[in-house]
Amino acid sequence: MRRGRTILLNVLAIGVFGLLLHLAEGYCNGYQLQILNLIAINIILALSLNLIYGFTGLFSLGHAGFMAIGAYVCSILIMTPDQKDMLFLLQPAYDWVQTAHAPFFAAVLAGGAVAAIFGAVVGIPLLRLGDDYLGIATLGFAEIIRVVANNVPRLTNGALGFKGIPAYADLWWNFGWALVALYVIVRLLQSNTGNVLKAIRDNEIAAKAMGVDVFRYKLLSFTVGSFFAGVGGALLASLLTTIDPKMFLFTLTFNVLMIVVAGGLGSLTGSVLAGIGITVLLEWLRVVENPVDLLGFSLPGIPGMRMVVFSLALIVIILFRREGLMGMRELTWRSLAGVFSRGKA
Amino acid sequence: MPTTQTTPADDVILETRELTMRFGGLLAVADFSASFPRGSITGLIGPNGAGKTTCFNMITGFYRPTSGEVLFEGVPIAGLPAHKVCRAGIARTFQNIRLFNNETVLENVMIGRHLRQKTSWLQTLVFTPASERENRRDQARCLELLDAVGLADLAGEKASSLPYGAQRRLEIARALATEPRFLLLDEPAAGMNPQESEDLMGFVRAIRQAFGLTILLIEHDMKVVMGICEHLWVLDYGQTIASGPPEAIRSDPKVITAYLGEEHAHA
Repeated sequence: MRRGRTILLNVLAIGVFGLLLHLAEGYCNGYQLQILNLIAINIILALSLNLIYGFTGLFSLGHAGFMAIGAYVCSILIMTPDQKDMLFLLQPAYDWVQTAHAPFFAAVLAGGAVAAIFGAVVGIPLLRLGDDYLGIATLGFAEIIRVVANNVPRLTNGALGFKGIPAYADLWWNFGWALVALYVIVRLLQSNTGNVLKAIRDNEIAAKAMGVDVFRYKLLSFTVGSFFAGVGGALLASLLTTIDPKMFLFTLTFNVLMIVVAGGLGSLTGSVLAGIGITVLLEWLRVVENPVDLLGFSLPGIPGMRMVVFSLALIVIILFRREGLMGMRELTWRSLAGVFSRGKA
Repeated sequence: MPTTQTTPADDVILETRELTMRFGGLLAVADFSASFPRGSITGLIGPNGAGKTTCFNMITGFYRPTSGEVLFEGVPIAGLPAHKVCRAGIARTFQNIRLFNNETVLENVMIGRHLRQKTSWLQTLVFTPASERENRRDQARCLELLDAVGLADLAGEKASSLPYGAQRRLEIARALATEPRFLLLDEPAAGMNPQESEDLMGFVRAIRQAFGLTILLIEHDMKVVMGICEHLWVLDYGQTIASGPPEAIRSDPKVITAYLGEEHAHA
């Protein structure tokens, strides 16, 4: 019966959320819609990194690499052959790149799948490394992907990148995929396999003594995380309609990492809330990059200033609230009910 | 003392043959050959640094022995990774408690169940009846285990919030969840007061009975060792210096020398 009520509440919540999206579509201007879309994509990226880092304890800095893979695969699949003809100026595309074509849903799925395959393939050697070494190695992987994108013009059009990617990624696609990511990762973590992932994070030696094939479960977590990073990259490509290798620098991984740490390592609720908060703040903070008139002095705008502000914010979080916004807590219907009944008492 | 050689081979659940561990120039354990009759409680004792925990680590797959063999129910297992040793039916606890601190008491035990589960997490995505049934059954089983160690009331608490003695018992419950036939306890009475040690002895006997276990334990508390062990192996500087029933070990001059020094042995 309790299960039934939870499902009912979830369906209702999704319904209300759908209604809100419908209203947003009608009332918001293009700029606001763009921010909403970015929120959805950042949530997907943060959830996937939290699965890898927050729940399994794998310090991975390769997110930008997986996003790049998803973005390129999806873009190649949704652009028409004519478009690709015009686009590949430096050198003509490989034949299979030229002819490949798929509907948007399949293209996003393919982007995620290819990213997941890469995740598994690089995970097999890299996940044997611990802690910081894994971070450095995955960072190197992301950099390799970017350099390859720069230097294989027949596949990626080199430094020019892609322009005019069909803009299919609207509110419904983005939030739809965000819901899928949330559902899959929540169910994974609720299953006993999720307990095993957290066990590896908490005490790897004890996990081994409990018969856990630690490497296999690290690989599982890393692969699922890579899949959704690829999905996020694919959606981002279609949302921005233009991609190039410079977009997938380390700063992209850093943004996602910031959301995860600010929300709380080991809290999906935290990732969602911080995904919303930080995406909005990143836009608001554009103010600090504008030129300002201060008591008659006019200071020129400093581009990149908001990243300075954000880096400071991250330092403050790590100094004063290391567990992030939510720590390891989650918001559930039951905990909500608990808050309300306590309020009445 | 005709104990070791005359036991019929099929009654021996675990046997080590000339198990040796060398760390660089240090010989941590040399030629440890022992056999453990099914259903027995055996003690492994010796002064600090004698190589007791190293023996545990070799048997449970945390170390690959430099040489020698471990036979579990006749099958060689030395050098297998730890998770495969556990799967084969050998579970252990640790000298310094290693719980999954951020998880609840029940989740800690459920993690022990994981290797016996047949459904995958993909099935829980779509709530298949098989996975739902398995999870319900395993949760019920874990609650029974917690009941057996007296922690059922604390199932929803975070493991790190338990008092010390309860953490020790949780570690044992978690090991039992993997359905072992051979259980290794590394200093189960460490940090316990005399009353708690007394309870622990009853508890170890009870779980042997209830779960059909063979138990090997490392312990420094001689009251516990003499109270529950049927057979003892004594290590000193990696060498096996004595083995036999507790009464014989108690008066063995070599053991007294190892523990108390040269003068006392002659006194």
